[in-house]
Amino acid sequence: MQIDLDLGPLGFSEGGHLLIKRALRNAGAGQSITVTGTSPELEIDLRSWCRDEGHGFELQPRNGEKPARAAIVNGGAEAKRWTGAQRAGQADAALADGVVGHAPRRWGLAARGATVEGGSPEFDFHLVDKIEVWSDDAARLYAQAVAAQWDPKTAIPWDARFELDDDVEDAVVQLMTYLIENETAALIIPSRFIAQLHPHFREVMQLLAVQAADEARHIDVFTRRGLMKRDHLGLSTAGGQASLKTLVDEPEFAIASFLLSVLGEGTFLSLLWFIERYAPDPVTAAVAKLAAQDEGRHVAFGIAHLTQHLNNDSSFRPRLADSVRRRHDALQHTAGLNAEVFDALVLIAAGSWDPEDLRRGHQRVMDLTKEMDEGRQKRLRRLGFSEQEAAELSSLHTRNFM
Amino acid sequence: MADKAQLIMGAVAYDPKVVVIWDGFQKYFGARDLDFDYVLFSNYEKQVEAHFRGLIHVAWNSPLAWLESERVAKAVGRRAEAIVMRDTDMDLTSIILVRADSGIRELADLKGKKVAVGASDSPQAKLIPLGFLSEKGVRPDTDFTVIVFDKLAGKHGDHIGGERDAARALMNGDADAACILDGNRLGFTREGTISSSATRILAQTPPFDHCNLTVLDRAPSSLINRFRDLLLEMSYASDEVRPLFDLEGLKRWLPGRTQGYAQLAAAVDRFGTIDSFVKGVAEQCK
Repeated sequence: MQIDLDLGPLGFSEGGHLLIKRALRNAGAGQSITVTGTSPELEIDLRSWCRDEGHGFELQPRNGEKPARAAIVNGGAEAKRWTGAQRAGQADAALADGVVGHAPRRWGLAARGATVEGGSPEFDFHLVDKIEVWSDDAARLYAQAVAAQWDPKTAIPWDARFELDDDVEDAVVQLMTYLIENETAALIIPSRFIAQLHPHFREVMQLLAVQAADEARHIDVFTRRGLMKRDHLGLSTAGGQASLKTLVDEPEFAIASFLLSVLGEGTFLSLLWFIERYAPDPVTAAVAKLAAQDEGRHVAFGIAHLTQHLNNDSSFRPRLADSVRRRHDALQHTAGLNAEVFDALVLIAAGSWDPEDLRRGHQRVMDLTKEMDEGRQKRLRRLGFSEQEAAELSSLHTRNFM
Repeated sequence: MADKAQLIMGAVAYDPKVVVIWDGFQKYFGARDLDFDYVLFSNYEKQVEAHFRGLIHVAWNSPLAWLESERVAKAVGRRAEAIVMRDTDMDLTSIILVRADSGIRELADLKGKKVAVGASDSPQAKLIPLGFLSEKGVRPDTDFTVIVFDKLAGKHGDHIGGERDAARALMNGDADAACILDGNRLGFTREGTISSSATRILAQTPPFDHCNLTVLDRAPSSLINRFRDLLLEMSYASDEVRPLFDLEGLKRWLPGRTQGYAQLAAAVDRFGTIDSFVKGVAEQCK
């Protein structure tokens, strides 16, 4: 069907080009349309635009005040541009072909479900295989994480009045210093993997981003609590940093996730609930509680995607075990948990300098390490490790907790 | 001398993208058994000289460089041929813009005015429109003042900076008219250099052609034929080719033609633009 388009006084660059493009698209490659219009520049703009777009152009000169009239033949370049295009999975991850097993690097930053032009540049994403990163729970955990975001300004009772003994306040400051250091590692590690992750795995990318934002907030509130009554924070030890450095240096996403989220943050969950329970003041209790709630999600994601990974490839399990052993070997000559942190935990759990209280405090910390060990073993068993393996691997976990 | 087993093309480095484009085509040709390399020149005159000295087999020439080559060839008893050009090299026009509220209604009204043009060696933004005005009886430097925006001389206006400056001069009142390529009106409007409603097109030249791939007689015919065939069969549908076409500004290569250079030839005859260059190169060749 012949398409005749009358632009009236509408100029080409005022929106007329949209009508012309639409008419050419409707006509199809190789087909002709006629365009008329009274805009004074129409012939000139049409000529140069058709030339650039590869369309045939034939002008019928206007007589006096009559409208310009031109025949345009669709050169087919637009159709050719999309000849080799690919649909990058489906936006809905629940569909069978929603998330592909191997995401082509040339899909790049395209939204999942978008049509990607052939010849798009390849991006240097390293994490391109679903098996390494994906969890069907990622979308649910992301939604949960977004809904559970809290505002440090209002969620913490910063105005609460309390006075602690100097020694107890110092113990709290030391704990906060230690927590900040650990949470910094927990921020850097997912952030580094976000940059390596193919954006096709959108829900995982989003979840890791919220995870990093969680840690940023934890660092914020721990710092504020540490400086509430002191001008300076506490001590950072070489052994503690050496332990965290093995996590930061781990190049493989699944292994880093196992060591950090399942073992490290899993252990940290017990620690944060312990601090919340024995906190000497309401601010310390609140920051520990809110951080623990967030960490729970991080652990859940680690377990979820590693479970899925192991379901598809059980040969990966020995590699996870080896990673714990390797880390243990690397750290065996370091000091582990710094003595100041251990002492601070005992003092806080004791609540006073009374010898009986101290004995009780020490016992509580011993119970804590036992609870941490049991938690790790439970999570390891959930990942399919035998009781014996779980016990061995848990015992090799860093003495620095994270 | 250029190696006979390898096709060497000359191009002018008017923009860093030239390297990306010809590196891409080199890879494309290499995968199809054509050993191809290219040499970049900083200006077209050096490229034309190199072509006649046998340092390159084919030259990606501006329309002015084509005329230079054609005339040198004629002077020394050789022959130049335009083998291929882009679809976008055909049927360009230049326009003369004035401000919408200007009293300039016809070409004769330019008398005593200031007309901004692009680079001194730009076919589309100086030579052709000034030749057109002369044909119409309005003579540059006699009837009106020419303000030249000489960006990157030797590149024959490939860099549109000169045209952009001419358009700016029109908008800020430093000039009464500006000569630009037809398509640049849309481009300058989109980027905000000119306002569509604040300008009016006073005149448009007849259509003319732009660049071509030029070869001289005695070029290695099998290499040239393979080169031409590979260019002509390239398709915009190819993922490998399309990004290069987008950078180079074409949808397909077409066989060369030379009838579109008559306006420019008349203009350079009128202004004597290339006479001494052609003479100099011809003498070197003897």
